[in-house]
Amino acid sequence: MLRYVTRRLVMLLGIVFVISVGSFYLIHLLPGDPAVVILGTGATPANKAALFKQLGLDKPIYLQYFTWIGNVIRGNMGTSFISQSSVAATIRAALPIDLEIIVLSQLLAFVAAIPMAMRSARKPDGPLDRVLGASSFTLLSVPPFIIIVLLVLFVSIKLGIPHTGPSSYVTFASDPIGNLESLALPAFTLAIGSFVVYYRVLRSDLIATLQEEFITMARSKGISQRRIMWRHAFRPSSVALLGAASVNIGGLLASGFVVQYLLAIPGLGYTLISAINTSDFLLVQGIVLTVSVGVVLINFIFDFVINIVDPRISRE
Amino acid sequence: MSNVANEFSLLEETLLIEKPEKTEPLGILFWICVGWIGVNVLAAILANVLPMKNPLFEDYNAINVGPGLHHLFGTDDLGRDIFSRVVFGSRVSIAVGVGAMVIGFGVGAPLGMLAAYKRGRFDTVLTTFMYVLLAFPAIIATIAVLSFWTPRALLKIIVVIGLASVPLVYRVIRTATLNVATKDYIIAAKVQGATDRRILIKELLPNIAPIGVSFLLIGIATVITLEGALAFLGLSVNPPTPSWGNMINEARTVLAQNPWLVIFPSLALCLFLLCLNFIGDRLRTHFDVTEVKL
Repeated sequence: MLRYVTRRLVMLLGIVFVISVGSFYLIHLLPGDPAVVILGTGATPANKAALFKQLGLDKPIYLQYFTWIGNVIRGNMGTSFISQSSVAATIRAALPIDLEIIVLSQLLAFVAAIPMAMRSARKPDGPLDRVLGASSFTLLSVPPFIIIVLLVLFVSIKLGIPHTGPSSYVTFASDPIGNLESLALPAFTLAIGSFVVYYRVLRSDLIATLQEEFITMARSKGISQRRIMWRHAFRPSSVALLGAASVNIGGLLASGFVVQYLLAIPGLGYTLISAINTSDFLLVQGIVLTVSVGVVLINFIFDFVINIVDPRISRE
Repeated sequence: MSNVANEFSLLEETLLIEKPEKTEPLGILFWICVGWIGVNVLAAILANVLPMKNPLFEDYNAINVGPGLHHLFGTDDLGRDIFSRVVFGSRVSIAVGVGAMVIGFGVGAPLGMLAAYKRGRFDTVLTTFMYVLLAFPAIIATIAVLSFWTPRALLKIIVVIGLASVPLVYRVIRTATLNVATKDYIIAAKVQGATDRRILIKELLPNIAPIGVSFLLIGIATVITLEGALAFLGLSVNPPTPSWGNMINEARTVLAQNPWLVIFPSLALCLFLLCLNFIGDRLRTHFDVTEVKL
């Protein structure tokens, strides 16, 4: 176990290094002199000198990387020359909203997917399984940006439910209930996408698990169907579910971006798109770095949890 | 007499071997989906010659008109014909979907096949490298590169998404090849002295092609979804060129006045994706069955 975790940790560090190099290099994809493009309209000599110092632009490129990564590790991702605010502070303000949307959506998705997958797996090819199979397959082809637009159209425009339309985000501190209302459609949209994946993965894994000998054994002992499902079949099958959830994280963040963009919810996604549109490249770079490292870290944690649930994996 | 009977049963046996076992038919729904994809692709190719309204022409006398005889799907807030915009919009989606997968398969598939066939250090190094790339969230990488690599153009979008899909294609093709490469007939071919090139092209390729094709279709659907999301965020082709994603993006500001504007491109996109996914899924289960029988 310890060896496995160490090996994964080394791999994690390697990946984070690759991500940091990639994010660093983004600035150099800009056409022309990066300093001029980054500063945009604010290209005064004083600003230019500050930017050169901040990014070390007068040094060779590998030294620029070390200057940059040294600052990033100390929590300094630079100051945006467009909004005059610290990139790290902007990200810290926006990140909790993304996390809240994701946590809410995952709660909804798990609460719906687990019992439904169990029902389906109990009678594969039964009427319920067929209906759920066909509808989840159809939903697989409906992208989140269509789900959210249709939800806004019907829930906030036709039904007129408050706090659900565009630009009606309420902060948690000012009104917790209103905050939940304003995040209901985003969470629901992300939940649909996750539900479809979790349901399908867990269902097929449960069907395979239920054919194992230890299940027959449990049945022969007269253990109730319910107990077999939850105590005997769910634990081995939950590994597949956790794996799916881990892979799903990147997609969830991207769907979150889309949803925030439509509803003007000031999370990372909305901030990112606004930053792209105002050519605030340092902020874009900071968000890309934060989000990518975040995804990799979450995947690492999931790996760890999967190992606790099924210790056989690390022994391989 | 018994000899004849013996011969007859032998003949029957060979017949049984020769005749492939009846596989599950693909079903009517499968062919409807194939037809729908065909119609869409044809319309996208022939959009210029089909008798349709100009998708960029702004008719200020017909703004936000509902669906009707004159405008089949109605018009948008600038008086442009939604039907012809949906048809022209499919061009971007199909071009990105096919183009990106050509790059993804062009690079990822040969590497995956070679790695699985050669094994050894080449395989270890390449696979580790690809797994590191796979850990990088592809969607975020795509957004990042497209936001810095300006000005945006269709070709750049295709290249970026195509390269981002390489690790995934590599993994699928490598796994598929690994399953085949250890089969007896490959070993037999090696023993007979067939060249690597011959084994790769004549023996391995035909056997992994079915899995490849079904993954290709699902891959195209995934790429089209990704392009749609990028277009929705305003990171794909620039307006006024219509694409399904940017039509939905433009529709969001007039959602209350003209819901048709979002419903038609959404429907076109979802139906197209559904058909691709369905064909891909069907082919996969279809070929899985034959693989078990082999």
